[in-house]
Amino acid sequence: MSTPSAVARLDRVTVSYGTNAALCEVDAVFESGAVGLLGPNGAGKSTMLKALLGLVVPDRGQMRVLDLDVAREPLKIRARLGYMPETDSHIPGMNAVSFVAYCGQLAGLPSTDAMRRAHEVLHYVGLGEARYRNLETYSTGMKQRIKLAQALVHDPDLLFLDEPTNGMDPAGRDHMLALIRDLAERKSVNLILSSHLLPDVEQACDHVVVMDRGTVVANGPIAELKGPSGRLYELRVKGDPETFLRALREAGMECPDSEDDTLRVFVPEPLGPRDLFQLAERQGVQVRHLKPSLSTLEDVFARAVGEE
Amino acid sequence: MPIHDQSYRRYRGNRARPGAAWAVIAWAGIRSLLARRLVLALLAFAWMPFLVRAVQIYLSVNFGEIALLAPTAETFRDFLEQQNFFVFVVTIYIGAPLIADDRRANALALYLSKPLGRAEYVAGKLAILFAFLLFVTWLPAMSLLGVQMAFSGSAEFVARNLFLIPAITLLSGLKVLLASLTILALSSLSTSSRYVGMLYAGVIIFSDAMFQALRGATGGSTAAWVSVIANLSQVGDVIFRLPARYDTPWLLSALVTLGLLGLSIVVLERRVRAVEVIT
Repeated sequence: MSTPSAVARLDRVTVSYGTNAALCEVDAVFESGAVGLLGPNGAGKSTMLKALLGLVVPDRGQMRVLDLDVAREPLKIRARLGYMPETDSHIPGMNAVSFVAYCGQLAGLPSTDAMRRAHEVLHYVGLGEARYRNLETYSTGMKQRIKLAQALVHDPDLLFLDEPTNGMDPAGRDHMLALIRDLAERKSVNLILSSHLLPDVEQACDHVVVMDRGTVVANGPIAELKGPSGRLYELRVKGDPETFLRALREAGMECPDSEDDTLRVFVPEPLGPRDLFQLAERQGVQVRHLKPSLSTLEDVFARAVGEE
Repeated sequence: MPIHDQSYRRYRGNRARPGAAWAVIAWAGIRSLLARRLVLALLAFAWMPFLVRAVQIYLSVNFGEIALLAPTAETFRDFLEQQNFFVFVVTIYIGAPLIADDRRANALALYLSKPLGRAEYVAGKLAILFAFLLFVTWLPAMSLLGVQMAFSGSAEFVARNLFLIPAITLLSGLKVLLASLTILALSSLSTSSRYVGMLYAGVIIFSDAMFQALRGATGGSTAAWVSVIANLSQVGDVIFRLPARYDTPWLLSALVTLGLLGLSIVVLERRVRAVEVIT
């Protein structure tokens, strides 16, 4: 049974291509809002999206999307879904507005509504000026945006974005991520953003599902997964920092790096912040600032896939 | 200040239920092809034999001394055979790119991520070719019947040969179905429409050449079943209540034709997928 806030759920899903298992007994829940699907190439992210779309039939397991069974009602699901594929995809011989309107009609929109929506979404994704150009003349960044437009034209309840920033320059990438963030936050479109780029997921999503070698290795709100470590602290001191650092190291604490006047100190169990203060007092150093340091999504990813 | 909000807005209008997308595919395909002058020229040219036959009917009706030209059931069968050339050309020109171009542009993933199944996608593509092929076979043949009635001023010929209406429909339908499914199956095998066209021409021409070679070697026409065209001719003779022209049993010709249709469906079932799995 899906919780009301879950837009997609996989229960013990296994997908194999011949003898290669792309997904192994995967259990995952995608909450509403923007969810990142993170993992290295070959982790099974695209396969998972295709399985949720009903394009790949799993060997075992059950999947529900928008509270509908993927095996039983794939067409109803796809009517409410927008899919932006990873590969460069278009329908040959069309200009942008015809292509997007055509996709709208395929998704069930009447032709006049589809054409009106095509103009609107093309403006929204920043292709308003180029909407009468043939798709074959588009640059890589424009092709990525047209793929987003065709996924949006029928106003889906859930968007699957497979590597949406692939091949884009930094400005185009920022624009695409801003669009994704806007869709999730202001337009109430739920989305799953599949990417191998940590900053993209961190910038656009609230939740993350981390995959590696066909399995889910971490799943939850990014803030919670990163969490305050409680052991890594940032502090600023008044006094001789070199002597203090030496004393910290002698006490078994690690100081991986320091930035300007801010020290990052790793305090191993069972030591705590009280020990930091006591050490500072003994060294005649005044602690002016102390706060637990937040780990980055990169740390979460590295921990989840077992990297050093 | 903008007078129209060009931002993204939620859609509150009507949506069609899944099941009508094949018509969207078909209509978009037909419309884009009709915008090409070459297609219009080809279609116009395909109606030339109709004009010749119409003149023939006019002469036979108005000049009794050339009763040799009077239409019979054979006239309509021969007319449909004459149209084989145009069926061949239209099939290659319009049919070859139908799936191959989509495969080249990775469009299958886009189509099949919409609320339509693989069968509906194929039905849409099939409908495009069906429309054009029926336009060069069934429509002119039926129009000839109408011309005969109009020129003679009576429905006597049609009433006497009422079977011609289902016969024309059945033979046209069979030709069109076979050509459409075969080219679509071949189109699903490649990303190059040129290659697909050559492959189709090869199947049609090579199978007939093989039959002619066997005919020359054996002195009989029992090997007609190896030729796609000969099989259709043989079945066409039976449909038009005419003596079969080859020694091959017509049932065998019908079975080979059905086998080719079945093979095409199997190929389409295996090849039209959003995800291509190479193991």
